[in-house]
Amino acid sequence: MSNLDIKVKVDASGLSCPMPILKAAQAIKSVQTGELVEIVATDPGSVKDFDAWARSTGNSLVEQDASAGKFRFVLRHK
Amino acid sequence: MDETISIVLFSGTDDKLNAAAVLAAGAAALGRPVKIFLQYWALDAFRADRIESDHGLAPEAGEAGRAAVEAATKAGHARWTDNLRAAKELGEVDIQACSLSMEILKIKQEDLDPLVDGVAGVASFYINAGEGQILFI
Repeated sequence: MSNLDIKVKVDASGLSCPMPILKAAQAIKSVQTGELVEIVATDPGSVKDFDAWARSTGNSLVEQDASAGKFRFVLRHK
Repeated sequence: MDETISIVLFSGTDDKLNAAAVLAAGAAALGRPVKIFLQYWALDAFRADRIESDHGLAPEAGEAGRAAVEAATKAGHARWTDNLRAAKELGEVDIQACSLSMEILKIKQEDLDPLVDGVAGVASFYINAGEGQILFI
């Protein structure tokens, strides 16, 4: 775990596609440029989804890790 | 590149409606405009008085498929209406009812759920689709 200054945390555990990415997009809209959002998901599809979403929208995926079936993503609002 | 995704939604079973809702929600999350054109049985499923009822599954589901979908629903998977509402809250998702289907099925605009934004013909569907991709479900 790092010491990032996370502005909004979203727990999308137990939610299936497309909810994790929808909640991430909502959370990113709620913060300002440069601020960070953390999402935790259990949907295995979310790994490729968050990568594609970050590349497509220009918001950066600054951190990602997985443990015990949970995937954690930290996104920075562009 | 035109990023608009246009979905012609024809089928009225819950599995196909959800497949379309997931595609629409994903596109909205990517910031892409989504246009949905409701025809025939999909339009019928958007009647306000029955949008939340059971619309069955495609014939290929069979009993095992039915059981799998029911288990997923019990486990809390979002319904297609929830996915569409979330997509509309997040992005630009426009849902239009096909005027011919409205006439055939004797549906008036006030019979439709508020998820539906209006009634349109096929020409306006093509114009709004522009050079973007069109999916048929």
